[in-house]
Amino acid sequence: MKLSSLARILLLLTVLLASYQVSAGIDGFDTLPIIAYTIAFGVILVAALLIFILGMEVLDSPIVVIVSTIIPLSLAVGLVWQHLASWRTSYLVFAIIGFLAVTLTRSIPTPGKIPTIVLAITHGIAGMTIFLLPIIIAVQGQIKPLYSLVGIGGALIGVGGLLLSFLKTGKPILSRETIMKLFPILLLLTTALFVAGFKFG
Amino acid sequence: MSVQSSITNPQLPITTKLAMFWSLTKPSQSGLLLATGLAGYMSARCPVFNISTILGLSISLFLAIAGSTLLNMWWDRDIDAKMGRTQKRVTSKGLVSDREVLIVGVLISLIGIGWALAMDWLYGIVVFAGWFFDVVVYSMWLKRRTCWSIVWGGISGAMPILAGRVLGLESIDWIGLMLALGILLWIPTHTLTFSMKFQKDYADAGVPTFPSTYGLDITRFTIAFSSVLAAAAMIAAGVGIGMDWGFLRLLGVLSMGLFMLAAAMTFKPTERVNFGLFKYASVYMLAAMILVVLEVI
Repeated sequence: MKLSSLARILLLLTVLLASYQVSAGIDGFDTLPIIAYTIAFGVILVAALLIFILGMEVLDSPIVVIVSTIIPLSLAVGLVWQHLASWRTSYLVFAIIGFLAVTLTRSIPTPGKIPTIVLAITHGIAGMTIFLLPIIIAVQGQIKPLYSLVGIGGALIGVGGLLLSFLKTGKPILSRETIMKLFPILLLLTTALFVAGFKFG
Repeated sequence: MSVQSSITNPQLPITTKLAMFWSLTKPSQSGLLLATGLAGYMSARCPVFNISTILGLSISLFLAIAGSTLLNMWWDRDIDAKMGRTQKRVTSKGLVSDREVLIVGVLISLIGIGWALAMDWLYGIVVFAGWFFDVVVYSMWLKRRTCWSIVWGGISGAMPILAGRVLGLESIDWIGLMLALGILLWIPTHTLTFSMKFQKDYADAGVPTFPSTYGLDITRFTIAFSSVLAAAAMIAAGVGIGMDWGFLRLLGVLSMGLFMLAAAMTFKPTERVNFGLFKYASVYMLAAMILVVLEVI
């Protein structure tokens, strides 16, 4: 599927926003959040660049499931490390185990629905963390209200992940063509919300 | 326009002729090499907004690069005519005379190198070295003899960034060498990908290439390995320049992308991955140059 000019522009903007976030948007944080956010936005950056270069077919690769797990997990680790000090270690352990479990169940033959269950649990917990944590602490007044944009970005990336996952399982919510058209918009919106949330929150 | 036109009608409009010679300088490639020269100069953190030096650097370097490219075209006109990819060049089609190309190539090379020497002798020597490696060692001596000629072509391509830094510092330092190494190791992603894609063309022209000498697997591995080393060299140079931590993070992220593509090309090679690495490596180098420039301004 050939990328439209609009899709290319959206992807390029995503690359620029993610580049900004990696190079300047996370200065001043602790070491672990910096590493976690660098990984998350780094994956978004490289993914957008690869889609720009190779087209949407990149998303058909089986490695996409594993790579796309990295984004919510690392973002969630960064958020928990910054705002839920008592959960730091246990959440980091969860993220590492979750990632390894997704990688293993997608790399070696695994019986039944185990791969799907593992993926759902890992994505579910990480996704809910990104969605709820920024909104809750913003509502509680611990941080500026605009920080909740990170949560909205988390919800959007969750939608994108769901669309792709159902497409891959052969039970698409929307047609493949529609998903491929929507994906660059979703990716840009998500990145923009994350960047804005971190910048103004 | 026929092949005979330049012979039967030597009085072509000057604008047409200029356009033909301009195309022979490979403007985008020469421009990219010039951009690396400017980035090398800025990396020295000298007072970079010295208009006369910037102009001198730009003109001398561009003339030397364009001159060497013209002389390559002149020397390789016979093999260019045999290759589908290059047989539309005005030299292959006989739209400009060989003598004219030789004279213009020598002339602008002399002006470029002479200008460079006049600006700074060490800068001039590095510019001359780039010209010499490209025209004499790569094109005239080795290109038709061994596939390893690309190493010398690569060294030549690495000279502009070194030249730029040398002009800024008035000496050669390890950072300049590392920047040059980064370019040298990046060039195989271009040249070897081309030699894989146009394998038949090169075979028709009798030019030895990595794929024809060592096979596709070793060629792919060489591309992947050199890409990773190029990234390592650029990061090392970035650290040496004192690049901002955020920019280094960004360079690290882009390097990881390069590394992943290189791994995919080694272990699961496809035409698509090959093309992806080729394009990504170009974006990577462009981004690295932009970061070097942004670091200074």
